[in-house]
Amino acid sequence: MVLESGREREQRQVSVVPAEVLSGGAPAVDEPVRRPAELGPRARLWPSLVAVYRAQLSRARVARIPLLFVATFQSVGILVMMRGVVEGGREAESVVAGSAVLVVAFVALNLLAQYFGQLRASGGLDHYATLPVPPAAVVLGAAGAYASFTVPGTVVTAVFGCALFGLPVTHLWVLAAVIPLAGAALAGLGAACGLLAPRPELATLLGQLGMSAALLLGVLPPDRMPEPVRFLRDLLPSTYGVEALARTFGKGPDWAYVGVDLAVCAAVGVVSLAVATWAYRRAAVR
Amino acid sequence: MAPAVRPRDEVVCAVRGLTKTYPAVRGRRGTPATPEVRAIDDVRLDIRRGEIFGLLGPNGAGKSTLVRQLTGLMRPDTGSVEILGHDIVRHPERAARILAYLGQESTALDELTVSLAAETTGRLRGLDVRRARSERDAVLDELGLTAIAGRPLKKLSGGQRRLACFAAALVGERPLLVLDEPTTGMDPVARRAVWSAVDRRRAEHGTTVLLVTHNVIEAETVLDRVAVLDQGRIIACDTPAGLKEQVAGEVRVELVWRERAPLDVPEVAGLRERAAESGRRWTLRLAPEEARAVVATVTGGAAFAALDDFTLATPSLEDVYLALGGAARQGLVRT
Ligand SMILES: Nc1ncnc2c1ncn2[C@@H]1O[C@H](COP(=O)(O)OP(=O)(O)OP(=O)(O)O)[C@@H](O)[C@H]1O
Ligand SMILES: [Mg+2]
Repeated sequence: MVLESGREREQRQVSVVPAEVLSGGAPAVDEPVRRPAELGPRARLWPSLVAVYRAQLSRARVARIPLLFVATFQSVGILVMMRGVVEGGREAESVVAGSAVLVVAFVALNLLAQYFGQLRASGGLDHYATLPVPPAAVVLGAAGAYASFTVPGTVVTAVFGCALFGLPVTHLWVLAAVIPLAGAALAGLGAACGLLAPRPELATLLGQLGMSAALLLGVLPPDRMPEPVRFLRDLLPSTYGVEALARTFGKGPDWAYVGVDLAVCAAVGVVSLAVATWAYRRAAVR
Repeated sequence: MAPAVRPRDEVVCAVRGLTKTYPAVRGRRGTPATPEVRAIDDVRLDIRRGEIFGLLGPNGAGKSTLVRQLTGLMRPDTGSVEILGHDIVRHPERAARILAYLGQESTALDELTVSLAAETTGRLRGLDVRRARSERDAVLDELGLTAIAGRPLKKLSGGQRRLACFAAALVGERPLLVLDEPTTGMDPVARRAVWSAVDRRRAEHGTTVLLVTHNVIEAETVLDRVAVLDQGRIIACDTPAGLKEQVAGEVRVELVWRERAPLDVPEVAGLRERAAESGRRWTLRLAPEEARAVVATVTGGAAFAALDDFTLATPSLEDVYLALGGAARQGLVRT
């Protein structure tokens, strides 16, 4: 038999398929398909990342994610409370930077862990897993969107904090680097927690714990902490975002240190997002 | 007229010796232990090009498990799955480039608008922005969703949401559609939209469809062939008409009593053990002459006063389904 091209086969199909009814009880046809069919296109990384990012951003508009507001209120509340305790100087800088980065931890770490935990538990990952999209696009798109959600809250908190404690807003532009880099690190951790936790409650719990750690270890001035606690603080990636921001409030900030802090965030971001991507792959095919 | 080797005899999806056992889970405080479950047991299937192939079976029969293995979402313990010449067990990621899958869950799309859900799905299926948008518009129009295109899925009715998910599955054409109960919750208009969209793709591109369904009426009207699944095994696989022939010698009698069955009438009491009871309704599958006798009994004499309604019907796929699948549990007569 002459092998026919796919197009010819399709054209013959039109006349044969619709009306016909198969004869009953026909035995299974054993011959396998001769040539593997051409596969559909793969979605490329960048366009699909953009598509996921856009879809996730629109979720915030639809769902209004009320917790985004809670994140901001929480940080503003902490600033007001700490005003009575902290005089100014280095401590005030820590408090303002810590509160601002706390918004990032709340949204990128906590909410993203919850989101992925629920998506996985409810079978929502099946949707992505049956599309030819690179795992990294799904993880990075969602992480990017959640990092973006933190922008308004972080900026509002930082500006409010500066006003409250009389700190200069001159170098607040550094948030343009702090938010994406701390966002990458924390969103990567959040995504990894959500995708690795065996149950959604555990994902929520891990996200909450991470956020609490960022609150307790990031907002309080480190000088008063005992040694072991300070060690824990150094392990937390949000700390480096806090430090980077805090350094820029002083006169003549040491930009090299700021750069090092941000580089740590970036490195943690790369590693945690890679882990999250691996976790996604694992969760998608069981 | 038909060619000797018809294109539709070409096997699109070949499944051999497929087996899946969910491991036992040891009980913990509050959660009882669950034993090992053999969800799929040595399944063999051939789905041919251009056909609508159905999987029918009671709850827990293993339909979703089987479909998840075919779509590369779950690794089988043993066995092979070949779709259009590709080994899906070894290369599960290829499934996404061959088939479109409509799962039972919509959580990934719930917070998107209908329009964005369809467009994003198309883009993730590898279409560029322009193609994704034009296909999105065409599909939404075809399914009558244009009017609600701007509304988020979460705020739609169950049937509308299902239709929107179906629309997303159609953006970015695929030679194989795997649909897990696509018409759940849909009204007749939406159902018709689904089946005519499927038919169009079948006529124009020779699209093959694998359909999981509970709805026997739907199974009878839209399926070319159907496999009946029970406890992980395929117990029958044929055309709906062919399956119905297996119970062709029988007639279904349904009796609805006003309040309760008049068990004081000996003939009625005698029927009881052969009837599937559901509330006031008794369903019996009988040989034609037996059925005539039963109808004579209940429409005359003492039983008639207690009778609310009765029907006599030729067997449907439902009877096949019950006879083959649910028979043991429901105490129905086996053929
Ligand atoms: N994740 C799981 N872990 C353990 N057992 C499972 C799991 N998923 C399904 N099962 C069991 O495997 C069997 C087949 O389940 P499956 O979901 O495939 O059935 P189904 O035919 O799709 O049912 P339904 O019609 O209710 O959707 C059932 O006995 C079920 O309890
Ligand atoms: Mg199911």
